[in-house]
Amino acid sequence: MKHSLKLGIAVLGLFVAAPQVAFTQELNLVCSAEQDWCDFMVNLFEEETGADVAMVRKSSGEALAQVRAEASNPKIDVWWGGTGDPHLVAAEEGLTQASGVDISELQDWAQNMATISDGKTIGIYAGALGIAYNSELLAEKGLEAPKCWADLADPSYVGEIQVANPNSSGTAYTELATFVQLFGEDEAFARLKAIGENVNQYTKSGSAPSKAAGRGETTISIGFMHDMVKLASSGFPLEIVAPCEGTGYEVGGMSIIEGARNFDMAVKWVEFALRPDIQSRSVEVKSFQVPSNKNASVAPESPDLASIKLIDYDFATYGSSETRGRLLARWDDEVGPN
Amino acid sequence: MKKTATIWLFIGLAGALLLPWYAQDSGFWTFEWLFGGFGSAEAGSALTLALFHGKWWLFPAVLFIGLSGLGLAAIKKHQMLARTLIIVPALGLFTIVVQGFVIGRIGPNYFVEFLSANGAADGQIGMGAGALVVLASLLFMLTSGISGSGKGRGDAFIVGLIGLIVALVAVFVFFPVSQILVEAFKTSEGELSLGGFFARIFSPRIWSLACVVSDSRCGPAWNSLFLAIMTGAGTTLLGLAFALIATRTNFRAKKLLRVLTIIPIITPPFVIGLALILLFGRAGTVTELLNEFFDVPKTRWLYGFWGIYLAQLLSFTPIAFLVLIGVVEGVSPSMEEASQTLNADRWQTFRWVSFPLMRPGLANAFLLGFIESIADFGNPLVLGGNYNVLSTDIYFAIVGAVADSGKAATLAIVLLSLTLGAFVVQRFWVGKKSYATVTGKGDSGQHASLNPVLRTVCYATAIPWAAFTAVVYSMIIFGSFVKLWGYDHSFTLEHYLRAFSISFTNGIRWTGVAWDSYFTTLTISTIAAPLTALVGLATAYLLVRQKFWGKGAFEFSTMLSFAIPGTVIGISYILAFNVPPIELTGTGIILIIVFVFRNMPVGVRGGIAAMSQLDKSLDEASITLGANSFTTVRRVIVPLMGPAILAALTYSFVRAITSVSAVIFLVSAKHNMATSFIVGRVENGEFGIAIAYSAVLIVTMLTAILLLQLVIGRRRLRREDRVQMHGKIKINPAGT
Repeated sequence: MKHSLKLGIAVLGLFVAAPQVAFTQELNLVCSAEQDWCDFMVNLFEEETGADVAMVRKSSGEALAQVRAEASNPKIDVWWGGTGDPHLVAAEEGLTQASGVDISELQDWAQNMATISDGKTIGIYAGALGIAYNSELLAEKGLEAPKCWADLADPSYVGEIQVANPNSSGTAYTELATFVQLFGEDEAFARLKAIGENVNQYTKSGSAPSKAAGRGETTISIGFMHDMVKLASSGFPLEIVAPCEGTGYEVGGMSIIEGARNFDMAVKWVEFALRPDIQSRSVEVKSFQVPSNKNASVAPESPDLASIKLIDYDFATYGSSETRGRLLARWDDEVGPN
Repeated sequence: MKKTATIWLFIGLAGALLLPWYAQDSGFWTFEWLFGGFGSAEAGSALTLALFHGKWWLFPAVLFIGLSGLGLAAIKKHQMLARTLIIVPALGLFTIVVQGFVIGRIGPNYFVEFLSANGAADGQIGMGAGALVVLASLLFMLTSGISGSGKGRGDAFIVGLIGLIVALVAVFVFFPVSQILVEAFKTSEGELSLGGFFARIFSPRIWSLACVVSDSRCGPAWNSLFLAIMTGAGTTLLGLAFALIATRTNFRAKKLLRVLTIIPIITPPFVIGLALILLFGRAGTVTELLNEFFDVPKTRWLYGFWGIYLAQLLSFTPIAFLVLIGVVEGVSPSMEEASQTLNADRWQTFRWVSFPLMRPGLANAFLLGFIESIADFGNPLVLGGNYNVLSTDIYFAIVGAVADSGKAATLAIVLLSLTLGAFVVQRFWVGKKSYATVTGKGDSGQHASLNPVLRTVCYATAIPWAAFTAVVYSMIIFGSFVKLWGYDHSFTLEHYLRAFSISFTNGIRWTGVAWDSYFTTLTISTIAAPLTALVGLATAYLLVRQKFWGKGAFEFSTMLSFAIPGTVIGISYILAFNVPPIELTGTGIILIIVFVFRNMPVGVRGGIAAMSQLDKSLDEASITLGANSFTTVRRVIVPLMGPAILAALTYSFVRAITSVSAVIFLVSAKHNMATSFIVGRVENGEFGIAIAYSAVLIVTMLTAILLLQLVIGRRRLRREDRVQMHGKIKINPAGT
């Protein structure tokens, strides 16, 4: 009898505790860039402002899922980094709000993000889509190096190409949308199907194929060039190709969450993250994306967007849920693994 | 009944009159609410809030506690009082829960017009200490009322325990899970539709059997099912071989074998997958060697079913071993002696006596392997190739390029049905026989040794497997000391230094990048482990020893949280506990709770297996001698449950450290976990630091396990830890 009491009290005691304090100088940040870059930015910001930044790193898909689930009582103030599509979706669903900061110094593609999202998402970096191959493995197999998207359909590459599944990966969706914009929808699917004959695996994550190519698990990968540059600079034998037909690109986004508890601090972060001196330092943590501020310096290793044939990527159309749903359904029917 | 209820009445009164009803921003244990005064709007108790701050909907909390008190004071007739104590607290619980859901954070959720006009327009925040104490008090007054009316043999402890566990499972399993399963019935416009649900759940994308007749692939449901059956069977057999070697042979390196079987369980996710890729991948060490010497072509066989299967066998065999060793040890030597006395040889003894007595253990081991495999997320993610399984499909339905919570919920329902099926089959196979072998009667304490053929089979499976495990782990340790695993194998300490450096200028400063998450992880797992073991074993006790209405449903509901993939649990916890009445997101508590209720089933399974072997006469003897059920549990059952307690503690501790999919959505900036840190590094391609961190975690867990083993020790069954030697008991064939 009195034992049930003890038991009850023991359980009670453990559940009695409480949520956190909200200091004025606090900022809750979810970061979808690489861990090192996240840590680096947070340290710089804390040094400069003396604010207490609580940061957690989540992939952009996970971050969006969390922002959605927390919509009625948000715990996050700013979402920094990660490919732009999920940021645009969040803006479309009213999960984020405009910050009103000055964006006149930014590149056109970064301003464009703000335009199509009513200022809710601002572009912070860009990265072009490309092809990478493992030079050692390519030589061992005696294969030609690919130069264009069209080369990837060559039967000699059978079982040597790896690319992500657009249903799970934003990278692969960018590739799908790029093909549609380059070749028109019907031909795009025909080409993707032909390349599909050579694909050994549709991975879940967008950066996985290039890592596999670096380690020699596959010969050729499709992905973002800045990821490939990073792998090559850490010692893997990767060669990077900008496809001759032209290629698409991603723009990394930054958004303030609707109902953020520390809105003023969040605006400070946004202004801070857009400054040229801050953006120029990203190369210190081996992030080779192209910064969005025109006055920021670009790392010499970064893929030079000026020399790559970039398509005029239509983020508004291909970021909308409707187009996305249609293209993915068609991809499942005609290209995807069944 | 009256005494228990009265004590709880006073606790409840204190909760309703003095403690702050709502959660405190500064935290309960800072006691700042004491100084703010319980009359204030923030730190007020239910009574003061209802009287002075217009929160009239909190009045029932005071009212029903008060009514119970009146009942206790005024009603003399036992039956009357029992009935009052059932009805009044039940009404109290009901009204408190209803007000919590009706009045949300930003205003009323229902009856909006009426409530907004009557003072509830601003809403309310999450419940705090006062609410918790009042609810607990009402719950335990209710259970003492139930026991007082003669249910549960009038045992207040038992009824209270059942009430507590039912309430906890309802709040922390059913409530969050129901939040997400509802999504399966919603159309894309957000309306409920049964037709849409059936169309989705029987979709050929889930159930396609194309792989049987052609080259194309099967649906994820069949893939998951096939994999789970194979893994369940494989881990059970391997676990049995290890358990037999450990208990029934004179194998010399038993200790080493034990360590080797434990290590995989304490390995953070992804690590085994990565090691397998570096060994057997297309560019792996073994693949290269085979190619060089035997001209075996380099292929990508690892990516797909066989890769996942291998990784799951490595990961989950220890669980089967942990469940089986207690059971194999527990089989009574006197039964085996009896069999030998009746002239059975050692094979017959094993086949017809020992083996059938191990049935509950085997069934539980299989069920755990099956469920672990079906809910496993890390291995299929790394090694899956194009072999789609439900758990990863669910994850990508939530976080993928098209977030479709309806699809995720549908897949989760399919997965749950598979688990339910396995559960039913397991129950059917174990049946209703008695497996009691620890009876309190004396025996010689020597287990029959294995017959030679069986022993050889055990050695032949277990030893190569142990060697394989050793190789995989040497690879992992090796990986943490080289610059770029797989490419640049020059020695370096850089990874360890980056993660765990300490600076001694100006006192000790933890400068490594991993320290934060390391300390959080250890704190949270250390709190979660004993709670998990407590809840799990208490549940097992109820299931094995007590009879009550709805036991089967109760048993299944305790298994539920384990069978649901972590991703689904994570999202459902956010949906359920981000808003009042229970606001927990962003705290460490939500992590502790998710671990307790996710890992509880292991405590339950292990506890059931071990407790089925304890003869009921032991309890009965204790009860006959005048002990109540709590004393019986404490003095008789707990001491005999050493291995099960150890297994539950160990397992929940390491699961809290190594689980990943459930915590990905629940970690917050202030409470980051080691695994989410590791996953971030793996995604980033920094295998070195990820593996160095994993190695440190492995050493930490190993130390903790050894300490636990020292503290808890082994149960003494008055059986010596030795195996009967061949020929020691010679039974002469008849006639000689």
